[in-house]
Amino acid sequence: MALINLKDITVSYDGKSDILKKLNLDIEKGQFVSLLGPSGCGKTTTLRVIAGFIETKAGDFIFDGNNYTKVAVHKRNFGLVFQSYALFPHMSVFDNVAFGLKMRKTTKEELRKAVEAILEVVDLKAFSKRYPKELSGGQRQRVALARALVIKPDLLLLDEPLSNLDAKLRLKMRVEIKKLQQKLGITTLFVTHDQEECFSISDKVAVMNKGVVEQYDSPETIYSHPKTEFVARFIGFENFITLKKAENGRFLTDDGISLHISEDQNFADMEAVSYGTIRPDDIELLSAETSQTSNVIEGNIEIRTFVGKDYQYSVDTKLGSMLVNSSKDQIYHQGDRVKLHLPSNKLIIIKKTKEE
Amino acid sequence: MKGNKLFVFFVILVYVFLCGPLLIIITTAFDSGNIMSFPPKGFSLQWFSHAFHSETFMTTLGISLKVAVLATLIAMVIGIPAAYALSRNNFRGKATMQSIFLSPIIVPGVVLGFAFFRFLTLKLQLDVFTSLLIGHVIIVIPYIIRVVGSSLENLDFSIEDAAMSLGATKLKTFFLVILPNVTSGVIAAFMLAFINSFNNVPVSLFLTGPGVSTLPISMLSYVEYNYDPTISALSVILMVMTVLIMFIVEKTLGISNFAK
Repeated sequence: MALINLKDITVSYDGKSDILKKLNLDIEKGQFVSLLGPSGCGKTTTLRVIAGFIETKAGDFIFDGNNYTKVAVHKRNFGLVFQSYALFPHMSVFDNVAFGLKMRKTTKEELRKAVEAILEVVDLKAFSKRYPKELSGGQRQRVALARALVIKPDLLLLDEPLSNLDAKLRLKMRVEIKKLQQKLGITTLFVTHDQEECFSISDKVAVMNKGVVEQYDSPETIYSHPKTEFVARFIGFENFITLKKAENGRFLTDDGISLHISEDQNFADMEAVSYGTIRPDDIELLSAETSQTSNVIEGNIEIRTFVGKDYQYSVDTKLGSMLVNSSKDQIYHQGDRVKLHLPSNKLIIIKKTKEE
Repeated sequence: MKGNKLFVFFVILVYVFLCGPLLIIITTAFDSGNIMSFPPKGFSLQWFSHAFHSETFMTTLGISLKVAVLATLIAMVIGIPAAYALSRNNFRGKATMQSIFLSPIIVPGVVLGFAFFRFLTLKLQLDVFTSLLIGHVIIVIPYIIRVVGSSLENLDFSIEDAAMSLGATKLKTFFLVILPNVTSGVIAAFMLAFINSFNNVPVSLFLTGPGVSTLPISMLSYVEYNYDPTISALSVILMVMTVLIMFIVEKTLGISNFAK
């Protein structure tokens, strides 16, 4: 059984519109799970429901088999790291970290040992007498982490803890967080809007939109096989094609172009009319003379932009404008006739997200 | 240049009107004559000694201090949680609550004093000291709420969430995490409230009675019948005291940060 069980969680701040709409999520013990989504999708709200700061309108939060929905925050034993770190300004690093243990009435000797040990882990032993305002952003972050970990929490909740750090430090800290999490084997929930950050450290990712989990899978699955239009768009799919289901894994576009899609995708629960999507990276840009015919469409180069590793072309086709990334080896110019190959294993069938 | 000269002229005028009366009070306090007069006739400290030896002044000074300290402490017990609730939560009628809490500053003192007199002294028949104390609590509460409130406004309340997630109850969180971070605001609020209570005339005027009076009121009735410079000496003492308190607050905490 999963350690964390969110069942039909509904939250409303004003009593009218729901921030979370019957949200369901299971988290296994020891896993590192991320909530990913744009601002306002409800990811922080979900974290705050688990932490106990927000009362739910409906639904249950089961933790390790016990109903935690109404358990007070201070009785939950969850470690929290905030975006602003939320260190106590009037306490030294040592006292900040010791706070949780003091609340647990740990003996002085044990407390000192535990605090020193965790400060050693986060490499801040030399700073124990400093005050938060005398520390750099990265150091504050590590104090916040140590403070949350020293109480040996049953669950670690991280609310965009890296977003206030500069890019370099962020990379370093995310590796450190992952290392710590693995070393301690602590179940962790991480909230972020940065997909790269969350893919890199998570065992599983829940992509959220408008108060529900749109997809909950491993980072690899989400990256290559998004299930809905929203997820696909959020993680960088740019090309969308309306498709009609035909025989033998073939699909027809509005113009009657027949496209083949690999059968490893589950077409069973899909509706007759659906949506196909493909990343700009996965489309092959071929010259007009190519003999390849399967899954190939024709087009004209509309515009070429330089995106660092590659050139990005906007190609005008019968299916509309398609974005394609292609290497610098073969450069095409505006107006060139080209052909686009959409590999059958890279074309993904998704559910269209309804506009509200 | 001409505009500048005019400006300087007005500045001087303001200073003259602000400091002139004070200067006269100060000089008369050290006068050796029996009647307040300007310019002074000689130098003496007899009026200070007279002020300190006056039983009325010393008793009323005691009452004033007692009322000011007690009223301020009671107002803090009510005002600090109120300020906390107002800055922490968003609820319906918050603006109305805020206005009600701050209204004692806006309503004229005489009106308040008369209202207290009707209600506390006549209707409830409370004894003089109790009604005086209640009146002062009410007039200083706005200062507590205002000053503590603005220092709470600058506080990152996520530290409160952090404390609770670490196992602290709401009450412990308030005393261990919130209060220590607004100490300077609390001290500044105490000083302001204390001075306002100690110097108050309009409310005290209505609420003092037989045997129980505050220093400003007894000074007021003293000047009605006496013309000697004892009052000047007392005024100088009060001035020095107030300036000293404000100076300490400003130096240690920077009152301008709180009295926005």
